[in-house]
Parts: sequence; structure tokens; C-alpha cells
Amino acid sequence: MHKITLDISTSPHLVKGLSTDTIMKHVVYALLPAAAFGVYAFGLNALLVMMATSVGAVLTEHLLCKYSKKESTIGDYSALLTGLLLGMTLPPNFPLWMALFGSVVSIGLGKFIFGGLGNNVFNPALVGRAFLQATFPVAITTWYNAFAPDRFYNVSSSVLAFPFMQPKVDAISGATPLSALKFDGVMTTANDLAFGFINGSTGETSALFIVIGGIYLGWKKMLNWRIPISILLTAFLLSGIMYLIDPTKYPTPFFTLFAGGLMLGAVFMATDMVGSPITSMGLWVYGILIGTLVVIIRLWGGLPEGVMYAILLGNAATPHIDNLIKQRVYGTSKKIAS
Amino acid sequence: MDLFGIYKNTFKHGIHPPENKDETKGMPIKQFPFAPVLIIPMTQHIGAPAQIIVREGQEVYRGQLIAKQASYVSVPIHSPVSGTVRKIAPVPTISGSKAMGVSIEAFPFSEQNVYEGTGINPENSSPEEILTAIQDAGIVGLGGAAFPTHVKLKVPEGKRCDYLILNGIECEPYLTTDHRVMLEQGDDIFMGIRYLLKVTGAKEVIIGIESNKKDAAIHLDKIKPADLPVKIQVVPVKYPQGSEKMLITATLGKEVPSGGLPIDIHVVTVNIATTAEIGRLLPHGRGIQERVITITGPAVKKKGNYLIPIGTPLRYVLDYVGIHGEIAEVYMGGPMMGVAVSDLDISITKGTSGILVFSKEHLPDNEKVYPCIKCGACVDACPISLNPSKLGILAKFESYDLMVNDYNLMDCFECGSCSYVCPSHIPLVQYFRLSKSRHKRKIALHQNTSHA
Repeated sequence: MHKITLDISTSPHLVKGLSTDTIMKHVVYALLPAAAFGVYAFGLNALLVMMATSVGAVLTEHLLCKYSKKESTIGDYSALLTGLLLGMTLPPNFPLWMALFGSVVSIGLGKFIFGGLGNNVFNPALVGRAFLQATFPVAITTWYNAFAPDRFYNVSSSVLAFPFMQPKVDAISGATPLSALKFDGVMTTANDLAFGFINGSTGETSALFIVIGGIYLGWKKMLNWRIPISILLTAFLLSGIMYLIDPTKYPTPFFTLFAGGLMLGAVFMATDMVGSPITSMGLWVYGILIGTLVVIIRLWGGLPEGVMYAILLGNAATPHIDNLIKQRVYGTSKKIAS
Repeated sequence: MDLFGIYKNTFKHGIHPPENKDETKGMPIKQFPFAPVLIIPMTQHIGAPAQIIVREGQEVYRGQLIAKQASYVSVPIHSPVSGTVRKIAPVPTISGSKAMGVSIEAFPFSEQNVYEGTGINPENSSPEEILTAIQDAGIVGLGGAAFPTHVKLKVPEGKRCDYLILNGIECEPYLTTDHRVMLEQGDDIFMGIRYLLKVTGAKEVIIGIESNKKDAAIHLDKIKPADLPVKIQVVPVKYPQGSEKMLITATLGKEVPSGGLPIDIHVVTVNIATTAEIGRLLPHGRGIQERVITITGPAVKKKGNYLIPIGTPLRYVLDYVGIHGEIAEVYMGGPMMGVAVSDLDISITKGTSGILVFSKEHLPDNEKVYPCIKCGACVDACPISLNPSKLGILAKFESYDLMVNDYNLMDCFECGSCSYVCPSHIPLVQYFRLSKSRHKRKIALHQNTSHA
């Protein structure tokens, strides 16, 4: 036998085969049905906004890596995921330059400043959206009507608005189910909500496709089911209690589940592994906290929607939840913080 | 037999790697031929190296003592072959460093009959006599750790042993040696149990077997002598159930205290193949000169379970079984805790439970390491409920004191479950091994300076 060179590695010599970039890639795949429905419902505008945020996020990550003389990390798909998620939380007729701005903030201030993937405290897409909400409150609450007949060939003037010019508000803009309820007291039917025949952000309107994406990820073990289940269950129970107390004033629990960004947030935003607790028990606490905050903000807050702030607050609580939930080490009575 | 209560007790967390046992589990143990020259290193066990008592040019019988134990934690070594001692010189070992070794050239036409000593039987011997006989037979734990068995079996003054637990778990993927031993050497196992009961004073024997070896459990239950207090317990398949602590938790529902030994909760555990070896060797006063090894892996042509003489050169073993393509990695032991071989000139030792061979095309590409995304997979895998994610981060900052004091690093027994599940491919166990050795070195330095 001739002399051969052997590879040396330390045990274990087997790996499970799941990889961080694969997880990120599959989350992007799982978002695609809901995103595609958004394009179907809102047309070209929605497509352009999502493309702007995706390209913006990936480019920002690449340039920031280059700037700090590190190897580019766009290959782990997390920047693309952040960009796509941000685009899906924006109104379909959102000005492109604002969307791009938001994606730069998402990656730059939401992720890179903390040290990149794995170190961010908050969900980067929501940091970008919170920035946009604070900076452009009118544009982010101006809703384009779904299923407009000219949606596949007509690009809204607001989308192509020139930077730092106040965009002209389209005459045909409509209300979302949440704003219709909050400001006009109008209820949307459950059927329209579940299938997405409503106005809203591009990616949040079809609960059905969001749930399908979530089930796919759960089945692939790339999403911890405890998070969406605990958030949705908490929101359902709390709003159900309120509805039973006063059905004329409060929406039904089904409305709470399917209206606005709760589905998208519970399935794709709160489940960001980096910003959620590490133990199973911690995840339940985190989910219940977010579900409770959503109901409180929606029912008593000044805004119609509360999912974004609820998740950001949940992210902020995560290190503390990890400190509180302790596990007992085998063979000891000592409990260590996670 | 407890076939249906299999979900009664289990340890927390753990993982389910692909078993890969189907190819060899049905293959009966085959005698391996003698290599022309066998090379026997003196460091085959944990403890002091054995002291060579033969000289170059001397003729030895198969089974004759060639090295004696150097101290209490040490065992003698017997010649695996009848032949002539050709060389006494340092030889390569699995650890990478060299150790003194004896090279024996086999007699070409010898019958290779085994040298017999004076046997003892369990009924008329005292526990001390049996312990001495176990040490004299050169027996070490055959599961892979190679710790001298007589040391492990000695119940310390003031402690008592209630349960003797025999480890037939074999949770490492690919390995099927214990499975074959249980199917083919049942009588030796029960003979061994008689010695072990006498030594430990245990009242009850539990044989723990994973449910992927139900045939072995049923077979042992069938041939079990009526006078022995043996219970066979089938437990669900889960890695690392074969570790001593996890096995005790799975079978008895008790935990071994941190930093303690099983005897602290009145338990002694012994590997099933070691038990069979005791039962086979002690009645004849023989020494251990061969062992069962699973040779498998995608690159091996003649996969199987072989009875291989100790000291057989690895190169000879690989030549005999045949290899597809070019060898890329060879592991001694299982894929989860086994050691990668750096030199094909090493030889089979008492602790070798498996030889796994992979060629280039069967190995995953070098996996890229990503930052920890706090997915919690390692937290859900760790059988002793440590937080590998946190420990990994602390290791990067070299916060060894924090790792040891606040996060119980020293309880980690390096099963590798965390590294296995990590999607970011962070070599967590490697970090922990390094951190533990750094910590130990620091403690040793501290002690030295305070004595001076």
C-alpha cells in the first residue's frame, strides 16, 4: 500500500446535515407563496417594493462587509430573508426610495451594528419597518386597494416618487381591516380575511399561504412551532375574553388572528431564532408575552396594528427570559441560566 | 422481559443519528487471520504502561505473558500469537505519540493453540481472588475507554453495590460488536455475571439493550440461567445512551451525582463484551489476546464483525478487508466519539471497538462555520442539560473560569451531540475539550506554585 495522507478531524465525525444557510434559504422559499399572492393581489407595485427591499438588503450587507474588510456574508441568505420580509410588511404602493432606505436601516442598524448574523438583538426587518413607520407615517399607512383591474401594468405614481418629495396620495387608496375597525367600526368577514381578499401590507393578507409556509418550515424542523402556537393561542384567548365581555366594542377572536400582520409576524418574524429564547420553556414565555402585547396595543393603543412593536418588545425581553428560565444540570441540584 | 415498558425511563434530550448498523448486524463473528508480524504497544489501557518481560529473539506462546502490570491501575499484556519476539522499540499509537512496543513474528505453520493457566471458578473464590484474576487476564473495558476492569469493579470501603448494570446499548452508529457478542456469546456473558456478582455483591443484574437489538434481548432472555437474578431491559434507541450515566438513568431512573461515580448511588456498570470476556477467560486462567471489532464504513469491501488478534497492524486489516477508492479518513471506535487515525502503522488494541473507513466521495464537504444563531438545537440535545451555545461563546472569549464555575463545563463528557446538531457547524465539543484541558492545566500550575 502506498503512502497516503489521511484527513484528521475531531469527533463527532458525523453531522446532522442541517446548515444555517439552508435554514435561511428555506425560510425564503416558505415566504414565496405569500409573497406571490401579494403580487397577485396588488400587482406590479408590490413586486417592485419587495424587489427594492431585497436587493437593498443584500447590497447593503455586501458593501458593509467590504467596508469592514470581512468576507461577504450574503451567501448565508439571511440578508435576502431580511429584505424580503421587510418588503412584505410594507404597503404595496410604498415609494421605492423609502423602501430602499428601510432596507439599508434594517441591515445597517438592525444587524450589522450588533456584529452581524447571530448577534442582533431585534429582528432586523422590523427595525427597518419601525424606522419607516417613525419617519414616513403617512406613506406607511396609505393602503392601495387590492385587486385593482390595472394592477399588472400600471405602476402607481407614489411608488416611483422622487426621493424627499412628498408623494401624491392615490385617490383609490382604501382601508385595511384593522383601520376600518379602529377608525370606522367596520368589520371584515372571516372568509375574506383568511383567503386575503383584503387590503394591507403585501405579504400579510393571505393567512392561508402564510400558514402553509409555516407548516412547511415546521415539518422541516426549521421553525420552532412553539412560537406561533403560543402567540396565536394567547391572542385568540385574550381577544376572545374581551369579545365575550363586550361583543359590540371588541372584534371577534378570529378577526384578531387573521387581520393585519399577526399571522405573518407570528410565523415568520417572531420565529427569528436569533431574537427568540433558546429553551423550549423560554419560547412559551416569549410567545405568551408577544400575544398579550399584540392584543393590548390593538385594543387600547392609538395604532390599529401592534404586531411589530409586540415582537420588538419580545426580542428585547429575550435575554431576560433566557436568564430567568433555568435548567437543572444532570447529577446536580444546580440550575443554570440559559 | 421488559419489552413494553420501554418508554418508562429515559434520560433527557439526546439525538438520533442514522444507525447504519444493518450492513453488519447480521454477520456472525469471523476469526481474522494472523498478520505476519504483530505489533503490541504497552499503552493499551488507561493507567501506567505495562512493563515488558520478554527480550528480543525470545519465543513466546499465544497467551503467554509478555508484559506485567506496572501498578494497581495497569494491566498485563499477553502474546496474541505464538512466535518470535523480533523487536522491542517505540511504536506509533492512536494518540499520535509513540509508546514502547513488542513486535512478534508469528510462527508460519503453528497451530496457534492458546496457552492455558490455572482457572478459578466463581463459587470457591473470594472477591479479591477474582479481582486479581481479572487483572491478571489483562481485562479492560472493551467499550472503548479501556479502563482497567478490576479497578472499576472494586467496591470502595464503606460503599455497597445493589445493582450491576451491564451495558449492551451500543449507541454508536455503525458498531455491531456488542450485538453479535450478545447473540453468539450468551453463555460467556452469564458465566461472567457469576464472577461479577461475587465481586460486587450486587443483588440484581440489569442488562440494558437498545430496542434495535431486540433479537439479542430475546435470545439472552431465553438462555438465562434460572438461578441468576438477571433482568433484561429494552430501552428506546437514543444517543448517548451507552454512556454510563445515561444508561443508569435509563434503566434505574437515578442520576449519578456530578463529579461522582455510579457506586455513589450503589451501582456498578460493566460493558457486555467485557463481561463475556471475563466469563470466557477466567475459568481457563487465560489472558486476553483478541477482541471483536466491527469493520465497516462506505469504503470497506468485506464489511463484518471480526475476532482480531490484539496487535494486528491496521494496514494489514485494511488490506485484508479491501478498500474501495482512496482512503480519506479512518476512525477507531464509533463515528460519534471515536478517534481519527493519523498513521496507518498503528495496530489494533484492547480498546478498539470498530474501524470505520471513509473515502473522499463519502465524506461531506468541509462544512462552513457560521455564527451561532441561537437556534437552541444544542440545548435540546445535551443529555446533561448544559448550555453548549453559551459555553461556545464563552470559550471564544477564553472565559474558562466562568465556563467551569457558572456553566458546569467539567460535567461535559464530550458525547458530541451538540456538535452533531449545530446548523452553524461550530466545533463545540472541540472547544470544550480544549477549555477543559486549559482549566486543568491552570489548576495544576496553581497547585505547583502554592506548594513551592
